[in-house]
Amino acid sequence: MKNIVVCIKQVPDTDKVQINPETNTLIREGVVSIINPFDLNALEAALQLKEKHGARVIVISMGPPQVKEALKETIAMGADEVALISDRAFAGSDTWATSYTLSQAIRTIDNVDLILCGKQAIDGDTAQVGPGIAEFLNIPQVTFAKDIQYDNGRFTIKRVVEDGYEVLEADAPLVITVSKEINVPRYPSLKGKMRAKTIEVPVWGAADIQADDTNTGLNGSPTQVVRIFTPPVKGNSEIFTGEATQSAARLVMKLRELVK
Amino acid sequence: MNYQLTEEQLMIQDLITKIANEKVKPVRAHLDETGEFPWEIMKILADSDLCGLYIPQEYGGFGGGEMEFCLATEALSRVCGGVGVTFAATALGCTPILQHGSDEMKKKYLPDIAAGKKLAAFALTEANAGSDAGAMETRAVKDGDYYILNGTKQWITNGGEADINSVFAITNPDKGSRGCTAFVVEKGTPGFSFGKKENKLGIRASATRELVFENVRVHKDNIIGREGNGFIVALKTLDTTRPGIAAQAVGIAQGSLDEALEYARTRVQFGKPIITLQCIQHMLADMAIQIEAARALLYAVCRNIDAGAKDYTKEAAMIKTFASDMAMKVTTDAVQIMGGYGYMREYPVEKMMRDAKITQIYEGTNQVQRNVIAKYLMKELSGKK
Repeated sequence: MKNIVVCIKQVPDTDKVQINPETNTLIREGVVSIINPFDLNALEAALQLKEKHGARVIVISMGPPQVKEALKETIAMGADEVALISDRAFAGSDTWATSYTLSQAIRTIDNVDLILCGKQAIDGDTAQVGPGIAEFLNIPQVTFAKDIQYDNGRFTIKRVVEDGYEVLEADAPLVITVSKEINVPRYPSLKGKMRAKTIEVPVWGAADIQADDTNTGLNGSPTQVVRIFTPPVKGNSEIFTGEATQSAARLVMKLRELVK
Repeated sequence: MNYQLTEEQLMIQDLITKIANEKVKPVRAHLDETGEFPWEIMKILADSDLCGLYIPQEYGGFGGGEMEFCLATEALSRVCGGVGVTFAATALGCTPILQHGSDEMKKKYLPDIAAGKKLAAFALTEANAGSDAGAMETRAVKDGDYYILNGTKQWITNGGEADINSVFAITNPDKGSRGCTAFVVEKGTPGFSFGKKENKLGIRASATRELVFENVRVHKDNIIGREGNGFIVALKTLDTTRPGIAAQAVGIAQGSLDEALEYARTRVQFGKPIITLQCIQHMLADMAIQIEAARALLYAVCRNIDAGAKDYTKEAAMIKTFASDMAMKVTTDAVQIMGGYGYMREYPVEKMMRDAKITQIYEGTNQVQRNVIAKYLMKELSGKK
């Protein structure tokens, strides 16, 4: 295998994020940014393929300059190269524009055999960018992978479906998005961290990747987020208070009633 | 307090703290209960390059010194003293090689330790030779290019798990302290076996076993340093690793303060959190003062060693004694603050109190350390005359 490209996204740590009920927007102040956890699974999958078959692992991300830190973290984990795709022209991108922009960046990298993404980002939850990249590049895609094997130019992928998994085969190059069960991402290594410290993250702007401005940023985005809100709690809720054993008994009775 | 750690040192601290919180904390009670050896955690530390922290780069390590080693031990011990000592015991086991081994010996053994493929152990103590190491009964008799080892070492940390063992034996019983020699004995050498795993009060995740030598043939190339130099190797090693015990003690104590603080903040009695009670505040303040004082002395000793100090026996003994006595007191107070809950296995502080106790005992009891310190004081006094 020659080159594996891993796409990552920096996201707010959603365990700690809250929504302002008045404006219906994310309260971003003071929230730590992390690498989207599924993207770490994608990176781990790439690193394991590299260890087994030999390859260069190139990590890219589209975002503002602070994403450099996230990219450095991937170096600490074992990525060979990184690049930040960043330009004012990319601001306000939806999943279409993001997929286009990332695919343009990938076009500038030679000999790409595999593009790995997390199955979705934990902030937007769309799961559209991975497949979008495949469409723009006009190559096959397999989503929700829980296992990837490689042999002589051909990938065998186990794809998670509702009640089990499908086994699919596809030739390089292709896009695979991975699910959480594929692996446990490794910790950064000390030597990796030392390397990350010395690395200057290259920034690729619109001109570098020959991005056409009708497809990028707010202008190139066919969709727009109108509103974000916490959905109202569905149905009626009842809270049983008092002694645990008694409330448990009352809960069981209530459930029995509902099942009838 | 800000100790002006270097960027690298902060990096080490961050990485170990992350691993300790995410991977050690969830299993520490289980490891304590079962006495299971933390191989999985050792593997994670190895994959993150942390096993070779104190080993020179030319032998595959990170090239850190005493400070880096102690920062790592402290951060691990803050979550689990048993895992902390398992990490630190490999340093104890390979320091004889690091300090006195030939270049060939270093090339043979250190890279595997640095890569975390192998652990090391230090075998000095015997049933009848504890503080009195000179009463050692293990013998090594010369036979051509080989030495034949016979005897039993007791309470050896990492015993049975470690592949590389620094073993001390008497090669010339007539020469007293100059009759002891240090050998590297690899696990799997014919005649070398292990006794049962000891059932301990604390640091239960660490493995403690007997090392049994029955006509074990060891090549003369496995001598660490020179024949007859064993005691010097042992003493020099212990001077260097004793701050590691202090780091363990500081970590354990800090871990118990973390727990006591959180408990005091959330535990409501008489209608308010107990942290608002002055008696609790004063206990917490005293704990924090003691921990910080020990940490400050520890880092000062480490920096002194890393700056190339020649004789640091007294300072190493001082910090080992001070930090371990401190840890015993602080962990006991943490249990006191948490009352009945603190005494229960469901909460981690009773384990920390059990873990703290050993730091007053091993690598030289605090009583022996005080003897050493006093001897230096007297020596300094006579030098001034």
